[in-house]
Amino acid sequence: MEKKDNKTVVLKSNNVTKVNRWGYIFLIPFFVTFVIFQLIPLVSTIYNSFFENYMSGLKKIGPNFVGLKNYISLIQTGDLGTYTANTLIMWVMGFVPQIIVSLLLGAWFTNPQLRLKGQRFFKTVIYLPNLIMASAFAMLFFTLFADSGPVNSILMQMGILKEQYSFMSHVWSVRTLVAFMNFLMWFGNTTILLMAGMMGIDQSLFEAAEVDGATSNQIFFKITLPLLRPILVYVMITSLIGGLQMFDVPQILTNGSGDPMRSSMTLIMYLNKHLYSKNYGMAGALSVMLFIITGILSLIVFKFTNAKEVK
Amino acid sequence: MAKNMKNNPAAMDERNTSSLKARRTGCYIVLILISFICLFWFYVLFINATRSNSQLAKGFTAIPSTYLLTNLDNLFKGTLPVISGLLNSLFVATCTAVLATYFSTMTAYAIHAYDFKLRKAMFTFILAVMMIPTQVTALGFIQLMTKMNLMDNFVPLIVPAIASPAVFFYMKQYMDSVLSKSLIEAARIDGAGEFHTFNSIVLPLMKPAIAVQAIFSFVASWNNYFTPALILHKDTMKTLPILIAQLRAADWLKFDMGQVYAMIAFSIFPVIIVYLFLSKNIVGGVMMGGVKE
Repeated sequence: MEKKDNKTVVLKSNNVTKVNRWGYIFLIPFFVTFVIFQLIPLVSTIYNSFFENYMSGLKKIGPNFVGLKNYISLIQTGDLGTYTANTLIMWVMGFVPQIIVSLLLGAWFTNPQLRLKGQRFFKTVIYLPNLIMASAFAMLFFTLFADSGPVNSILMQMGILKEQYSFMSHVWSVRTLVAFMNFLMWFGNTTILLMAGMMGIDQSLFEAAEVDGATSNQIFFKITLPLLRPILVYVMITSLIGGLQMFDVPQILTNGSGDPMRSSMTLIMYLNKHLYSKNYGMAGALSVMLFIITGILSLIVFKFTNAKEVK
Repeated sequence: MAKNMKNNPAAMDERNTSSLKARRTGCYIVLILISFICLFWFYVLFINATRSNSQLAKGFTAIPSTYLLTNLDNLFKGTLPVISGLLNSLFVATCTAVLATYFSTMTAYAIHAYDFKLRKAMFTFILAVMMIPTQVTALGFIQLMTKMNLMDNFVPLIVPAIASPAVFFYMKQYMDSVLSKSLIEAARIDGAGEFHTFNSIVLPLMKPAIAVQAIFSFVASWNNYFTPALILHKDTMKTLPILIAQLRAADWLKFDMGQVYAMIAFSIFPVIIVYLFLSKNIVGGVMMGGVKE
């Protein structure tokens, strides 16, 4: 045993730099791929944002350097504000029920007193929508909530509706559908994340509280919730970052139009529009803005996760 | 400890069994309600995929009909290139899963096993780029792919998976808990080359993590719509999400609704069936990622 140890030490001192060079070699695939497929595109996106470059009919205008003009016109037209508001409204409408339901389910699943049966079944079911193809899910909702679709048919059979309700032509019904789909797709994931956090809490705290006669509501609000705060912030901000990227569901549901009256048009749908119409200047400026917002939000997440990694 | 935890609630039980029972019943009712809300849509999808267009026009019934195979047959014979879409999706998602897991494990191993100057900086850097959304670089991405003559090609959808920071992060966390330095050093003493050590010792050890991440990478690629829609324009190259979008854009009222439902079912149910077999790993995998946050 000792011999082996000695050998290791000798080997180590001789080859230590040589062996550790392999660290760099193993990093090559990641970095080459990153530079080609992410870094160069990112830099050229930023570069593009300072140029006028679009199609006017069949004629290509630019690229001409225009400085910050793309950014200014992006803000001045007012569309950016509208689409940011749409995105945030639909995110909040999905996120609030999501966090409430997830907290509730997480607390129940991890409660040692309740000892709920069939947990695996319920967890499997609530996580299921997360794996569904968002575009197919949106298409499904589009057909189910169509004027002559099954939801209208069921509601009329039950006597709740007297005549067909046109879900797709009302501002708030479309937004609610988008938010509801996002809720369905993400609350299972959030529940599992929060459960992991709840199980990480020192059990003796709960036991002590019980001995002191705390009710389960008191335990939840006075112990679980405050201790979960870092994870809650993490969940909220990563969800916000995901929410800003909202695309598949409203795009397919409204066929890219964001109707009625662009009230469900999100930021990425707007970006997608510019990409398809080859208005690269505006697409660039919009991308850079999204990049900066996401960057700031990520920094906040980073602060929270780093604080814990120090240990 | 475990015994203690079990004993304690048991003692509580005797004191207020009835209130606990009432609470438990309440929990079950809510859970069943939520499960219903999750599953209802897929049930309706299944029912409707088995009904003919004329049956669908009459309104909803809760009992399946017998037209599933007819609908699928019509779908395959129709104008949407569904079969090639399925094969394309399978191909892209499989390659993505393989590349993402293999190279992310390699990247994680580089950070985990070697002690080089930039180690910490690299780790922080990879975590930092995790948050860059793909949509933000899409513009430069399309321009570059056009220049490289890679439009209507699967390469731009598959190769970027080599740099998957999220998969890397999971692998690194898992490695911290299973792979000790002494094991690597033992392999080194036995004269194994570094690359060989990675392939024959590290990879097998990482199997559970690789399985979980392979599933997630596969599903993410299978469901991806944004980037493929920008890259693939030829009918023979399109993946399923693009076909779904095409179905939505078509004048769908003229469509045979049975076929529309069959198409949606065709893209959704394979994932559900696979999920039912692997759900234990998947939910456990999310859980494990969560514990380590």
